[in-house]
Amino acid sequence: MPDSPLLDVHALHIAFPSVEGKVRAVDGVSFTIERGESVCLVGESGCGKSLTALSLLRLVPSPGAIEAGSQITFDGHDVMGMADEPLRAMRGHRMAMIFQEPMTALNPVLTVGDQIAEVVRVHSAATRKEAWARAVAMLEQVGIADPGARATQYPHELSGGMRQRVMIAMALIMGPTLVIADEPTTALDVTIQAQILDLLRAMREKTGMALLLITHDLGVVAEMASRVIVMYAGRVVEEAPVEALFRAPTHPYTEGLLAAVPRMFAEQERLHTIPGSVPPPDAWPTGCKFRDRCAYAFDRCALEEPALVQVASAHRARCHLVQEPERRHAQGAEAGT
Amino acid sequence: MSVTPLLQVKNLTTSFPIRSGLLQRVTGAVRAVNDVSFDIASGETLALVGESGCGKTTTGRSILRLVEPTSGTVHFAGTDVRALRGEALRKLRRHMQIVFQDPYGSLNPRMTIGAAIREGLIVHELAHGAAADARVKQLLDEVGLRPEYAARYPHEFSGGQRQRVGIARALAVEPQFIVCDEPVSALDVSVQAQVVNLLRDLQRERGLSYLFIAHDLAVVSHMADRVAVMYLGRIVELASRRALFQAPLMPYTRALLSAVPSLDPAHRTSRILLAGDPPSPANPPTGCVFHPRCSHPDKDERCARDIPPLEEKAPGHFVACLKVPVAHPSSLTS
Repeated sequence: MPDSPLLDVHALHIAFPSVEGKVRAVDGVSFTIERGESVCLVGESGCGKSLTALSLLRLVPSPGAIEAGSQITFDGHDVMGMADEPLRAMRGHRMAMIFQEPMTALNPVLTVGDQIAEVVRVHSAATRKEAWARAVAMLEQVGIADPGARATQYPHELSGGMRQRVMIAMALIMGPTLVIADEPTTALDVTIQAQILDLLRAMREKTGMALLLITHDLGVVAEMASRVIVMYAGRVVEEAPVEALFRAPTHPYTEGLLAAVPRMFAEQERLHTIPGSVPPPDAWPTGCKFRDRCAYAFDRCALEEPALVQVASAHRARCHLVQEPERRHAQGAEAGT
Repeated sequence: MSVTPLLQVKNLTTSFPIRSGLLQRVTGAVRAVNDVSFDIASGETLALVGESGCGKTTTGRSILRLVEPTSGTVHFAGTDVRALRGEALRKLRRHMQIVFQDPYGSLNPRMTIGAAIREGLIVHELAHGAAADARVKQLLDEVGLRPEYAARYPHEFSGGQRQRVGIARALAVEPQFIVCDEPVSALDVSVQAQVVNLLRDLQRERGLSYLFIAHDLAVVSHMADRVAVMYLGRIVELASRRALFQAPLMPYTRALLSAVPSLDPAHRTSRILLAGDPPSPANPPTGCVFHPRCSHPDKDERCARDIPPLEEKAPGHFVACLKVPVAHPSSLTS
């Protein structure tokens, strides 16, 4: 089906049991990813971005659970309805994941070569020797010098940057069509981050894989994304092509987030701030979930949660200001101080 | 500057023993901080930047003697900090405080935050009883927290709020100097901006001096008056904020700045990619510590042999690089 998107997530709900029944951490998230596309999912801690990513592989940690009615379609297959066997066959093969902390995601008692080779053996009929050879070749592709020797080392013998390269090798070895990377550079120093982002970009160009990158860092978004999905309090609040999002952020949260990032060459007296902090899922306000922190909030925001509405082509935002733009200008002068 | 700076650090070196073998005998030493010198003036912020393992945190702790330096001197307001013992050192600590990266790890979970802030007041005999309680409430208000929060425990607060508590606790004893060790790295962007603004406001109101330790260069560009860049235990460049960000001279600083992602998707940066990882401080390269990763076109065998001194290459701009020429003072006056 070349016309349908590679990934189609519709009305994704993820809930955790709580004293009062259940708490929804992801509340009706819908988005698509096209073949070969590079999409960034951004938001602050607790917005539900990592849970959303994990749910695509049905890896939501227990006692959390994807609720009935959530739909995930990957390459024409219904992920929610998949039996264990095809699910395992899909994971790490056509859809693969790169985690933030390779030290905890890698097995400490296996050499990195063995771990990568294991992926090959699980997903193909390759012999031990063939799998090992492919693992070594893959390590070379992700920029590891002397891959034959490195393959025989254990994770603790490698630096943080090198471990992340191993994770990438492991994710890419079966040639997935979608790679999900959850904060892949957050634990790394900035010069090493630059190396890893370059590698991900190069691998994407080479293999044509789609990339869903989860991050809180807007700099990483600007560098990597073609399209951006912004999450706040379990919801998608804005979705736009990357240039449009940085040029004309529409949701007040996106606008505030972009203004709060310190810029290296700006001689700016004070940083713009968003008052308060992200509320936990059991303390989300009624109506618009951002209204407590929003400079433009008005009575309608408390009564009615805005829908994700069209702003421009491929640009949508969950805010009443899209329909009542005059309110932004009325309060904009006040909020800008 | 003819006035004596508030803090003077000279040739500070802090080594940790390397133990190995079955008997854990000392077989060597890591120089986490290696011959570091700088001054901080009253009311000034000096930022110390660098990647993990460069020695920036150990430098901050060595100044406060939370770790014992191996050699070198630290003078605070004329007092030789390394010569102090016992009660005298404790008294001095009133004037030199620290705010940690992880406010959760640095607050006692069984102590209300009011009690945590009060502790310093009692220890240093600054206030008692009702006066101390009033002071705690005033401090909470100053850092943007509600005074009634004094009765709550650390787990009841968000990360940003806990960092405000950490700041209130440091401020309680009315210090002149605060080591801020990655104070905003654990915070979300929107909250990070609040804490950065708070630290700047407090500095303006109280004339505080900061040693601001951070790896995030964009945050540093908002906080610092001057910036020192560390690599493998050494300061490799030290300059005013403007000079460092707009005209960095040391090849490492240039690579570090170019590695920061640009916030403009239309102009994705052309980076100076550094190959490999920083070498281990246990086994640093000879000569210039940066030479194995340096891409300076004039790099030669001298770089591998001679340790470049931190020299003033332009007024107020210090660089440790054999290949950066000393500019003529006349060409630099702008």
